[in-house]
Amino acid sequence: MYKDIITPLTKEKVAQLKAGDNLFITGTIYTARDAAHKRIYEAILKEEKIPFSLEDNILYYMGPSPARPGSVIGSAGPTTASRMDKYTPTLLNKGLGGMIGKGKRGKEVIRSIIQNKAVYLVAIGGAGALLSKCIKKSKVIAYGDLGTEAIHELYVEKLPVIVAIDSKGNNLYENR
Amino acid sequence: MRYISVEEITTNIKEMCIEANYKLASDVDKHIREAYTKETSSLGKSVLKQLNENIDIAASESIPICQDTGMTIVFIKIGQEVHIKGGLLEEAINKGIGLGYWEGYLRKSVVSDPILRENTKDNTPGVIYYEIVAGDKIEITVAPKGFGSENMSRIYMLKPADGIEEIKHAVLETVKLAGPNACPPIVVGIGIGGSFEKCALLAKRALIRSIDIRSDKPHIRKLEEELLDEINKTGIGPAGLGGKITALGVNIETYPTHIAGLPLAINISCHVNRHVTRVI
Ligand code: SF4
Repeated sequence: MYKDIITPLTKEKVAQLKAGDNLFITGTIYTARDAAHKRIYEAILKEEKIPFSLEDNILYYMGPSPARPGSVIGSAGPTTASRMDKYTPTLLNKGLGGMIGKGKRGKEVIRSIIQNKAVYLVAIGGAGALLSKCIKKSKVIAYGDLGTEAIHELYVEKLPVIVAIDSKGNNLYENR
Repeated sequence: MRYISVEEITTNIKEMCIEANYKLASDVDKHIREAYTKETSSLGKSVLKQLNENIDIAASESIPICQDTGMTIVFIKIGQEVHIKGGLLEEAINKGIGLGYWEGYLRKSVVSDPILRENTKDNTPGVIYYEIVAGDKIEITVAPKGFGSENMSRIYMLKPADGIEEIKHAVLETVKLAGPNACPPIVVGIGIGGSFEKCALLAKRALIRSIDIRSDKPHIRKLEEELLDEINKTGIGPAGLGGKITALGVNIETYPTHIAGLPLAINISCHVNRHVTRVI
């Protein structure tokens, strides 16, 4: 059973989600991995403008393989989320609605997810070819010099994800 | 004496980089499909279903199985009757990697300096291991390695008295720490013996051996079988979301060691355990 979620991911929508739910995400989401996180984080600390609004948006921890001519994107699965842990609470405080990655999150991040009523979603690691089929549009909107790590604005249709940590702090990975 | 040109080596490496990333190695492919029928957890089954579909899409549409197309590990065994002509072997290998990653639309994931971190833009250099063997052929294995699982690998310098029990404990500890980060179901390559660096290399070599081939040493074979069983009992399951298929295979390679030591390396690979071998 899949629930359909259309972005933006408002607090009302987040409140409905429970750890273990299977979701299909449709709408605009943004990619960011290690290097882009570092830049966004530093910009926030210096109170500089960041390239897009985090408010009610979803970040996908993903750096695609290059698109073949004629296709939207290459392989596009999630990367390990815990590498972003250092930056995540700061981004959540700026209104970020949710993140898509793979793997467990640190205590600080879980606390911040609860505090900010956000959500952590997981996509299946290593299913990059399958997931790429859900991406209908892709455009680099910032940090183009980072190559695969640049921020891509994606339009996705029925991207399959699972709620791993919900806004109450229920955690699918607990005890595993 | 047999002459082999650097061009031939470059072309083969290029093709092998692409093949390894689009088409899952046949041993892993077989086991991941079987895993779907064996898994009982419903979440685990749905993960395996996605992974099976993913493999099919990757092969039929020439898309990398995973976006992390790895750092390119190359094992090259050179027959001592071979003379390589036309250039330098190492340059030929790296040229093949660069061409493969460009022409195959593979992700370039290598940075030139571990601290300064500037992308080299063609996934070079590879990590290359040379070996001189008998004969007049060259055997090349290309094994692009993803770092989600590489990062979860570990080395233990155990004491001789620790024995099998501690080896098992260390392997299980490593697998549990890896959890969902290594994209389970995983393949576990283990090196036991040698020295600090030798056991790590053994573990990497263990990963390129087919998971259908068991060690020819009876006590090691037994350890492989027991470890696979115990890893699957952890319940980590596909994608770390629970289930009974956590690993597809456990391969162990061993080497003589020092009277005072018991080095152990555990190299974790995700289900995208890429390895292609050719003989030229
Ligand atoms: S660990 Fe393997 S399957 Fe997972 S993202 Fe890395 S390369 Fe892909």
